Amino acid sequence: MAAAAELTLLEKCLGLSKGNKYSAQGERQIPVLQTNNGPSLTGLTTIAAHLVQQANKEYLLGSTAEEKAVVQQWLEYRVTQVDGHSNKDDIRTVLKDLNSYLEDKVYLTGYNFTLADILLYYGLHRFIVDLTVQEKEKYLNVSRWFCHIQHYPGIRQHLSSVVFIKNRLYTNSH
Amino acid sequence: MRLFVSEGAPGSLPVLAAAGRAQCRAELLISTVGPEECVVPFLTRPKVPVLQLDSGNYLFSTSAICRYFFLLSGWEQDDLTNQWLEWEATELQPALSAALYYLVVQGKKGEDVFSPVRRALTHIDHSLSRRSCPFLAGETESLADIVLWGALYPLLQDPAYLPEELGALHSWFQTLSSQEPCQRAAETVLKQQGVLALRPYLQKQPQPSSLEGRAVSNEPEEEELATLSEEEIAMAVAAWEKGLESLPPVQPQQNPVLPVAGERNVLITSALPYVNNVPHLGNIIGCVLSADVFARYSRLRQWNTLYLCGTDEYGTATETKAMEEGLTPQEICDKYHVIHADIYRWFNISFDIFGRTTTPQQTKITQDIFQRLVARGFVLQDTVEQLRCEHCARFLADRFVEGVCPFCGYEEARGDQCDKCGKLINAIELKKPQCKVCRSCPVVKSSQHLFLDLPKLGKPLEEWLEKTLPGSDWTPNARFIIRSWIRDGLKPRCITRDLKWGTPVPLVGFEDKVFYVWFDATIGYLSITANYTDQWEKWWKNPEQVSLYQFMAKDNVPFHGLVFPCSALGAEDNYTLVSHLIATEYLNYEDGKFSKSRGVGVFGDMAQDTGIPADIWRFYLLYIRPEGQDSAFSWTDMLLKNNSELLNNLGNFINRAGMFVSKFFGGFVPEMVLTSDDRRLLAHVTLELQHYHQLLEKVRIRDALRSILTISRHGNQYIQVNEPWKRIKGSEADRQRAGTVTGLAVNIAALLSIMLQPYMPTVSATIQAQLQLPPPACSILLTNFLCTLPAGHQIGTVSPLFQKLENDQIESLRQRFSGGQAKASPKPAAVETMTTAGPQQIQVLMDEVTKQGNIVRELKAQKADKNQVAAEVAKLLDLKKQLALAEGKPLETPKGKKKK
Repeated sequence: MAAAAELTLLEKCLGLSKGNKYSAQGERQIPVLQTNNGPSLTGLTTIAAHLVQQANKEYLLGSTAEEKAVVQQWLEYRVTQVDGHSNKDDIRTVLKDLNSYLEDKVYLTGYNFTLADILLYYGLHRFIVDLTVQEKEKYLNVSRWFCHIQHYPGIRQHLSSVVFIKNRLYTNSH
Repeated sequence: MRLFVSEGAPGSLPVLAAAGRAQCRAELLISTVGPEECVVPFLTRPKVPVLQLDSGNYLFSTSAICRYFFLLSGWEQDDLTNQWLEWEATELQPALSAALYYLVVQGKKGEDVFSPVRRALTHIDHSLSRRSCPFLAGETESLADIVLWGALYPLLQDPAYLPEELGALHSWFQTLSSQEPCQRAAETVLKQQGVLALRPYLQKQPQPSSLEGRAVSNEPEEEELATLSEEEIAMAVAAWEKGLESLPPVQPQQNPVLPVAGERNVLITSALPYVNNVPHLGNIIGCVLSADVFARYSRLRQWNTLYLCGTDEYGTATETKAMEEGLTPQEICDKYHVIHADIYRWFNISFDIFGRTTTPQQTKITQDIFQRLVARGFVLQDTVEQLRCEHCARFLADRFVEGVCPFCGYEEARGDQCDKCGKLINAIELKKPQCKVCRSCPVVKSSQHLFLDLPKLGKPLEEWLEKTLPGSDWTPNARFIIRSWIRDGLKPRCITRDLKWGTPVPLVGFEDKVFYVWFDATIGYLSITANYTDQWEKWWKNPEQVSLYQFMAKDNVPFHGLVFPCSALGAEDNYTLVSHLIATEYLNYEDGKFSKSRGVGVFGDMAQDTGIPADIWRFYLLYIRPEGQDSAFSWTDMLLKNNSELLNNLGNFINRAGMFVSKFFGGFVPEMVLTSDDRRLLAHVTLELQHYHQLLEKVRIRDALRSILTISRHGNQYIQVNEPWKRIKGSEADRQRAGTVTGLAVNIAALLSIMLQPYMPTVSATIQAQLQLPPPACSILLTNFLCTLPAGHQIGTVSPLFQKLENDQIESLRQRFSGGQAKASPKPAAVETMTTAGPQQIQVLMDEVTKQGNIVRELKAQKADKNQVAAEVAKLLDLKKQLALAEGKPLETPKGKKKK
């Protein structure tokens, strides 16, 4: 998904009215937002955080210092680890690490839904769609989290819904 | 909270500095772990530094840790900081880890280390200087500064990687480095060992993926729109309203152009092309075209400008060519000089003089400098061992020997320089030398020669460099090359040759020798000027009042930046020395390499036959100018840039602006009533124009071209948003709005025509004729955007400026020029045939076939080793094949006989 399309999705789930225009910069097609007053903003997570503030939903950036830092850490993870790695092995490592991280968590910060969940969901969508049933069971915690986020009101929009099977088919795996 | 660190892990720097700055260092428990230890239970790959929070959670991102410390101290997050941190993680880190890996793990130095980070460093520098803020996110130092400082510190603490020309970056870095939390972090992590302290850690890390070749990119760095203050807007509007009145009178063209005391005097040279080669696109962009843009710009600024160039005509290569073509060296030079001059005329190069080096003035000035050097004891005499080809019965000039480079092992090093490592070579040091003409192994013979005593000139040279380099616009590659030469130690350089075609050496015992071309080629600039005006010394012996800009490809840097300055300093005659040495990197051709000596690529005379106008060639070559890094000529890219940038952006805007004036306002520029949006646009255009000036003053030609395209993009957007074609049909107020938008747009078009003049002179003149731009405005470019087409001004007939390039047209051109590519072989004559199979080339090939035939016969007669014979026969067959191709004949024909 192109960054501009992703940001448009985000605008919609934040309840912002349309009107922002995005351009893309350089080989990696980094999104740029032209703002009315002040300089333009460059970068997916930078613009996303800006939109969250525009929508007065600062809580999506975390409430405590710790939560704020954790949200930013996963946003960085999204643009450095999830994007830019199309190599299967790298993606497997990402899924394995996330799976282990999410073992005792509902959301990336623990108990609160944040921007990190939204952007990681958008970023992982293209990989999760292609997972086999076995792989989905192998990354059980990721699957649980992903399934949860895609059912979160207003997030998924036109993206395809990924089917997760509630009952385990392969009892030996995991 | 517990912080896990590892010896030499670079991430510890920003983390410790941030902890110090946010005053939470006291709360930290620090544990040192091994570089391969997995601290974070859920991460597969080891990662340090890591902060374990009291909640049990882990922060494993360096910037997240720093951010956390700042958040604890009460700091609030903001967009600008987020932007810098995201940029640091996605752009800076990959570049930096490549540079550090080269430097620390692979032990590389100089350009190798610097080039991956150049773009990122320039970005920081620009952002700092554009906002004119001392810190990245405002007036005070904050999180972004600490994170970036910490990332950069290991590299930039070595001044070699912090070029002076990045002034804003330089002072930002110094300010931060001197602060207490940063100083302490640096001491703790680097332990006074400099960057090598990182070695134990970096050695254990996998090779950064960014090393796996970031493709050569033709995309310039994008820059963001700056914020405008009310003052800036007010100033831009005031300048605009003054209009044509603010233009100074146009100075009449002088002949000859001479420097004037108290004014800015700019002397521009472009490296002298060697006479008997047709220049290829790489040579054209490397020197003459780049210098032309600067010369035209300099004239637009009304500086006294003299731009000169000429053909370099002496040397063995000319003698050999003369033998091949059965002409005298003088006849060869006369013939090829015209070919060169024609090519440059076609490309619209605005030389004040295009001269040559074979003139009496050349002899006079070279001998004078030489005599002065002798008198001052800077010339040594020694016996030289030289390569002589017994087969060809002559001493071999450097360029006629090939072999293995003694420094880097490159197989096809030339006798004077290695194309791969760029080091200068003494021909006899080559391993496995071969005569390039007959491929036999030359023998070493001795002969008396003269040497320029460079070690003795080292001190004045260094004094001069110390005075010249700081604050000058020498390109970073030129600085690196000169620095590394001096570091490696200067050695005496031989300045004479056993030849006839050259400047005679005026010394007893040397009557049958001439000066080595590199000694007198750079003196060519002086003699060419002397042929232009007898007052040449006003330019060349006037260092106080003349700024000398010399343009060249980077392989020419040692001669211009070091050897010639040494001769001139040693002569002690107050010569004007290079103030700004502008060296380009290399331009590649499609996937291969342009090379004059191997004859690979599109050549100047062929560009004319493609049906693509000279200005389009100029535009594309300048758009991809190898500024800062190598770039590549690509037919597909040329099509793309023509159709997107020229046709859809620039051409579209200028044409629409003009058409609206003609169609809606009967050809008269309408009244303009500026709204606050218009004033803002004025200020943006002004800012971009000033940026264009800043860049061109620093000779950043490629970047400045982008400013033109940016303004035109603003213009297109402006028209698109305001829709004058709709408003013209609306109410009175709408019609007035349509008028203002049209008037402002056509004035932007007029400004663009002037800014474009250095790049595309013909297109610029066409636009100016279409808009009937008043003459003084055509030849002067101020730093402010003026209303040059006031209300009521009548424009001329508007027509489209550019043509679309079609895929099949470009595809057929690519095919046409790929014949030589596919069969490129190291034999120069053969390849030239592929690209221009003229009668001389066929003749040359025939001679090669004859020669090779003789070699084979001789070997057979001597009953030589079978393999050796087979190899030579293969060469012969190959030559015959090429000859047949060149003549367009079926393969079985000639038996080494000449046919005409």
